[in-house]
Amino acid sequence: MKHFAALFAALDETNKTNEKVNAIKAYFLTVSDADKMHMLALFSGRKPKRQINSTLVKNYAIELANIPVWLFEESYQVVGDLAETISLLLPESSQTSNKSLTEWIAEINALNKLDETERKLWLIESWASLTRQERFVFNKLLTSSFRVGVSQSLVVKALADISKLDAPTLTHRIMGSWDPEVYTFTQLMEEQGALDDLSRPYPFFLAYPIQETSEKQKSPEEMQTALGNANEWQAEWKWDGIRAQLIHRKGEIFIWSRGEDLATEKFPELHPFIQALPDGTVLDGELLTFRDEQPLPFNLLQTRIGRKNLTKKILEENPVAFIAYDCLEVGGEDIRTKTQTERREILEQLQRDTSFSTIFRVSPLIDFSSWEELAGIRKNSREMVAEGIMLKRKNATYQVGRKRGDWWKWKIDPLSVDAVMIYAQKGHGRRADLYTDYTFAVWDGDRLVPFAKAYSGLTDQEIGKVDAFVKRNTLEKFGPVRTVKPELVFEIGFEGINQSSRHKSGIALRFPRILRWRHDKKKEEADTLESLKSLL
Amino acid sequence: MAKQLLQFTDNGIFCAEGNFYIDPWRPVDDAVLTHAHADHARTGSKRYLAHELSREILRYRLGADISLQTIPYGETVYKNGVQISLFPAGHIIGSAQARVEYQGEVWVVSGDYKVEDDGISTPFEPVPCHHFISECTFGMPVYQWKPQQLIFNEINRWWEKNIEEGKATIIAGYSLGKAQRILCNLDLSLGTVFTHGVIENTNDALRRNGIDLPKTVRINPEIPKEEIKKGIVLLPPSAVGSNWMRKLAPFEFGFCSGWMNVRGAKKRRAADRGFVLSDHADWDGLISAIDATGCESVYLTHGYTASFSRYLREIGFDAHEVHTLYGGDESEGEIPSEDLGSGSGDEAGTKKTGVKEASAENETITTFGEAKANQPESL
Repeated sequence: MKHFAALFAALDETNKTNEKVNAIKAYFLTVSDADKMHMLALFSGRKPKRQINSTLVKNYAIELANIPVWLFEESYQVVGDLAETISLLLPESSQTSNKSLTEWIAEINALNKLDETERKLWLIESWASLTRQERFVFNKLLTSSFRVGVSQSLVVKALADISKLDAPTLTHRIMGSWDPEVYTFTQLMEEQGALDDLSRPYPFFLAYPIQETSEKQKSPEEMQTALGNANEWQAEWKWDGIRAQLIHRKGEIFIWSRGEDLATEKFPELHPFIQALPDGTVLDGELLTFRDEQPLPFNLLQTRIGRKNLTKKILEENPVAFIAYDCLEVGGEDIRTKTQTERREILEQLQRDTSFSTIFRVSPLIDFSSWEELAGIRKNSREMVAEGIMLKRKNATYQVGRKRGDWWKWKIDPLSVDAVMIYAQKGHGRRADLYTDYTFAVWDGDRLVPFAKAYSGLTDQEIGKVDAFVKRNTLEKFGPVRTVKPELVFEIGFEGINQSSRHKSGIALRFPRILRWRHDKKKEEADTLESLKSLL
Repeated sequence: MAKQLLQFTDNGIFCAEGNFYIDPWRPVDDAVLTHAHADHARTGSKRYLAHELSREILRYRLGADISLQTIPYGETVYKNGVQISLFPAGHIIGSAQARVEYQGEVWVVSGDYKVEDDGISTPFEPVPCHHFISECTFGMPVYQWKPQQLIFNEINRWWEKNIEEGKATIIAGYSLGKAQRILCNLDLSLGTVFTHGVIENTNDALRRNGIDLPKTVRINPEIPKEEIKKGIVLLPPSAVGSNWMRKLAPFEFGFCSGWMNVRGAKKRRAADRGFVLSDHADWDGLISAIDATGCESVYLTHGYTASFSRYLREIGFDAHEVHTLYGGDESEGEIPSEDLGSGSGDEAGTKKTGVKEASAENETITTFGEAKANQPESL
C-alpha cells in the first residue's frame, strides 16, 4: 500500500504528462505482479465491490475523530470528498503497516464474512496502521469511490514503455471484464495473446469535434482545408443513444456499452438477432429507442436503463433497435485494419442476411457531394432526432480511442436560453469549498421557476466571482444549498428538451451547461417558461 | 445590555471610551494596528499605533508620512484613561494582539495569529482576558498542521531535486510574512535565494527595521538563467502565472498555504507542489489559544466563523460570530491574478488594485461592499 499511496501522491503532485507516466513506470517496476494487476484494474475503472456501507465507515470515523455529526458534514462540504474528509479528521496514526495493495484488497473483499463488531474493529485497526495519505487511498478503496485524475491511456503508455507490447494491443487486452485475482501480469504480457476471453470487446474508436464550440463555426472552405475533398469521406447521422459493441462468439453473446459496462441483460430484445449473427462477429453501433421507423428521444432510453426490472410494459413502450456503424470482427477475424469502405460492405452484407431487419439496422449514409451541401443537411439534424453528423474517412482503419484525423463529429449548435441563477451549492474535487453548482430559473409570470442545474462552462476566474457573489448574497440556507438573490443571468445551452412530470417546470433538458455569463442582461431580461416550452 | 468596551461598527472594532479603532477598514482618527497586512492596515487614518517591528513596513505600505507611534510588546499606552498594549501574535514579524483594559475589564483583539514558533516572528503568547476577539481562518477540523520542520524538510528536498534536474525552483507565498518565514528556514547551503521585486522591497523595509534576514538577490535581467536554475525564487502569489514567472522556465513551482491541506484547493492552484504552511492557527491551535485566554466570551471575526462559533458554544464557550472585512492574506491570489507585466518585476505588485476577495466566509457584508471595493491594497 505504501507504494500505491506514494504513486497516488506523485500523480497528484504534478501536472506534467511525462512525470505522471514516469511515476506509473516507477510503480510498475517496484511492485509485485499481483499489485500491478490490481493497480491496472483500479486505474481502468474496475472498482472492487463495496463490502461495507459508506455510512458505517463515516459513523466510525466521526466516533474516532470525536466531533459532532454536523461538523463532520460541514467538513465534508469544505473538502468535497468523503475519503479525504475522513483521512483528514482521524487522529494521527502511530503504527505502520507493510501490507501490499493486494493484501489490503483481499482483506476488504473478505469483509462480508465478518459481523459488524468485527468489521468495526478491523477498520479501527486498519486506520491506526496507515498514514494520512495511505488512509485516503484506503478509504477510496473501501467506499468504492476510486477515481484517478489519470487517463487510462497514460497507464497504458507507461505499461507499453516497460514491455514489448504496443499501446493499442495493451488497450485491447485490458478491455472487458477481468478479475485481477485471475488475470495475471504474465498473461497480459504474453507475446501472442493466448488468453481466450470470449467476452472481450475492442477499444472503441472515438471522434474528435471538428468544431469545438458553436462560436467557432466551420465554413465549407475551412472544411475543405481541414479535411480535403468531400468525396474521400462518408457521412452519417450522429445518433443520440448508447454507443455499444455487440459480440457473438462461440454461442455466447455480449453487449458492451462504451463505458465498458456489460449491458447484455438490459436489452433482451436484441438477443435473438445477436445469436443469429455468424459465429465470431463483433459490431459497433448505437442503441436507440426506435418505433415506426423513427428514433425516439434519448430520455425514453434513459428511463429504461435506470430500471432494475424490465417490465413488459417498458419493453413495449420503449422498444430498442441497434443502429450499426461498423463491423470489427467477422468469422472470428479482427478486421479493424481493413478500410472503412471495406468494413462497411461487410456490415451491409450481414444486415442483408439477417431476418431481424427491424432491430438490426445499418446507420444510413448521407448522400452529399460538397461540404456546402453537407452543411445544409446538417441543419436538419434535429428533425432526424440526431445530434449532428459523423464524418469518417473512407480509407480509414478502425483505431483505438479518441484520435484526430479520420473520424470527426460535427455536432449541431446547442439550443440556448437566458436564465437566472437562484440556488448554489459547493462543488467537489477541484471545486471543493467553492460555489460551483448552480440551479437556474426562467420566468413564469412574475415567478422564477427552476428548470435546470449546471456546473460547467465557466472559467476559474468567473467561478471565483460567482462564488464571492453567492457568499455575499445568500438569502437562505437549506443544508448545503443556498438560495441566492436572483440577479446573475447566464446563457444555458442544451441538446434537447422533453416534457417531464418529475420536474416542477414540467420540462427536462438534455446536457445543460453554461455557455456564457450574460453581464449585459438584467434578470428581467431572462427568458420565460413559455418560450422554453415552445422548443418542445 | 451595558455598552461593551469594544464594539463592532461599520468602520471596524471601536473603543468608545478611548475613542480609537483597532484595524479599522475606513479612515479614522486613531487606529491601533495588529499587523501590516493589507486587510488589517489600511490607508487614510490620522494616527496609527503599532508594534515597533512593523514601523518600516507600515511606512512602506501606508506612506512614509503617516503619523505612527510604535511600542514594544508589553508596554502600555493610555488613551482617555484606556490602557492599550500589544502582545506577540506569532503571525508575522511585528504582529501583535491588541490588549485593551478599562476599569478592570480586559479585551484582547487577536488580529491574525498562529501558535507555532516559526523561528522569525516573536512567538504567540496567550493573554488572559475577559473578552477575546479572535480570527478563525482555518476554523474547521480538517485543517491541522504538521510541525514546520517537516514541511521545510520537504521544501529543501524538493529544491535539491530541482537543482539536480536543472530546473529553477519557484516558491510562492505572501510577500510579507510567508516569504521571510520560508527564507529563514531554507537550507541556504543549497544555493542562492532570488526574490521578486515586491518581496525584496518588503525585505528591505524589514532590514531597515533592524531585522537580520539572510541574504537575498533581487532578480534582474542581467542574472544568467543558469544561476537562477541553481537557486530558489521567492514569488508573491500575485505574480503567479505572470510573464515575469514564465520567463524563468523551465521551473518547478510550489505554493505555500494552509489551503494546500485539501486536495481540491491544491488542484485549483495548479502548482507542481502544494506545501501546507500557514501563518494562521490550525483547528487545535485556535481552540487551545482561545482556551488559554480564560475568556468569558469569544468573538470570531473571520474564517469559518459560523461553524467554529457553533462548535465553541457546544463545548461550553460563549462564542459569537461577527462580520468584518478581514481575511485577505491567506487567500491572496486565490483568484487568478492579472498579468503583472515583465521586466525586473520591481514594484510589479503595486499595480494591483482592490483588496482580494476573502475566501473565508464573509457573510452578508453587502453594506460594506463599496468601502471594500474602493480600498486600495497599497503595497
